[in-house]
Amino acid sequence: MSVVSYRSLRVWQRNRDVFLKQWRSEAPGFVIEPFLVLLAMGVGLGTYVALDEGQRYVDFIAPGIVAGYGMFSATFECTYGSFVRMKVQKTYDAIIATPLNIEDVAAGEVFWGATRALLTSCVILAVAAGFGLVHSPWAVLVIPLSLLSGIMFASISLFFTSLAPSIYSFNYYFTLFMTPMFFFSGVFFPLDSLSPLVQHLSWIAPLTPVANLARALMSGELGTGAWWGLAIMAGLTMVFFPLSLYTMRRRLLV
Amino acid sequence: MPIIEVRNVVKKYGDITAVAGLNLEVNEGECFGLLGPNGAGKTSLIRMITGLSPLNSGDIRVDGRDIRQEPRLIKAALGVVPQEENLDPDLSVLENLAVFARYFDIPKSEARHRALANLSLFELQDRQKAKVEQLSGGMKRRLLIARALINNPKILILDEPTVGLDPQTRHLVWQKLSSLRGQGMTLLLCTQNMEEAWRLCDRLAIMNEGKVVAEGSPRELLAKYGGSQVLEIRPAPEAKSKVISRLKEFGFQWQEVEDMLFIFQGDGQEVEEEELKREMVVLNRHVPTLEDVFLKLTGRAIRE
Repeated sequence: MSVVSYRSLRVWQRNRDVFLKQWRSEAPGFVIEPFLVLLAMGVGLGTYVALDEGQRYVDFIAPGIVAGYGMFSATFECTYGSFVRMKVQKTYDAIIATPLNIEDVAAGEVFWGATRALLTSCVILAVAAGFGLVHSPWAVLVIPLSLLSGIMFASISLFFTSLAPSIYSFNYYFTLFMTPMFFFSGVFFPLDSLSPLVQHLSWIAPLTPVANLARALMSGELGTGAWWGLAIMAGLTMVFFPLSLYTMRRRLLV
Repeated sequence: MPIIEVRNVVKKYGDITAVAGLNLEVNEGECFGLLGPNGAGKTSLIRMITGLSPLNSGDIRVDGRDIRQEPRLIKAALGVVPQEENLDPDLSVLENLAVFARYFDIPKSEARHRALANLSLFELQDRQKAKVEQLSGGMKRRLLIARALINNPKILILDEPTVGLDPQTRHLVWQKLSSLRGQGMTLLLCTQNMEEAWRLCDRLAIMNEGKVVAEGSPRELLAKYGGSQVLEIRPAPEAKSKVISRLKEFGFQWQEVEDMLFIFQGDGQEVEEEELKREMVVLNRHVPTLEDVFLKLTGRAIRE
């Protein structure tokens, strides 16, 4: 009875309609900022960074930016965005009085969060291609990769949102989880420069496989990718997606 | 067969029992009112009927379907006007209705047609492009009702639909609601406004502490519990307990509301004013209203 139906698409459509109305005010976050980071770190800082095998730093971080900003898009959407819809605007309450159930709403939110991640990753990928930072046609597979990554991060975020007592709770989520992950998941520097212990730790962080695989695909050196990372992503998604539906039901249907 | 059937329903929040074994039947095509003080369990009951809150025990059937088994089909036939405004602030007035229609799988052109018709029904056609935040409180409430009607519901459920509205808007809402009932729609109306209950409802249930304490048409309830006259008195604080003991002695029914006492007269019981004159001054006397019935059935003395 309490299962996700095609009706979750209605929630996705609602969020899409709102996004199409106001994407201009959101564009700085998912277009301009990643571009600036790529420019400042890749071209600016990159001049002073020497990597093994003569790889250019900007080539190294471009896939990391694709992965990292995709993660942030899904996460912002399913933390602050979802919390405001749930708690402030009472949008969920209005929707579950229609034939949609709470699982449809939660799943629609996750799919929308994933769509935002996909959109962001595609924009950055296109910019990177324009700067000549894409070295292989395998890079097209970054598109499905960022969709899977988006579903994973959106599910984890919505799970946290369903437990968050207030909007300020997200300070913990971002400071203790998102920011460390952004810096220690192989986005900005190779993991093998870290101590073995930290290296192991960083493989727990869900961003690590995404950055690693995006890099393998964009460079065309598929052999460098740790492909078992896909299993980590699939595993986390299979845990957190149903969990977020369950905790949302527990929170809202009282 | 009743269109809404509530059987022995219990709802608990931790140690608090909000609905305590409640029974209720709403017939098709009637306007049924739920009256009760804050915390009587009205909103909890409505949340359960609309599938937003699981039951601890008992059964609810809406239009012949079990709320536990077929909540989606039940919700497809309901229009819900919540107490707390939850319009979509990210969308315009017209988009609010169009997007809401999509939750019911209403095709786009039909949705637009119905949305425009409902907006003009509630005199909002000039505001279709406005943002929700630009609307006045009365407009928002009208939009909420217009939204609840987008799926042509069999049953319209309203939780205090006229709270905080100016008299003009209140009358507009009442007139629309009675015309909907005239078209055969079933209305379930939660209210604390006695005039609203009196004007609109065919039958009423007065709720207190999670149970129905009286049920019937407004006239029946008035005849049964209202008596013939109500005396309003304000005894001096030091004389209050004495007055109350005299009332008990004479076997009167009364209700204490803050510093006032309402004494219900009827069934041959008339206060001999001379007898009580030393202790009290009668401030006013009035013909009993639904409000007196409400106070009598849900007031403090009843709970003691």
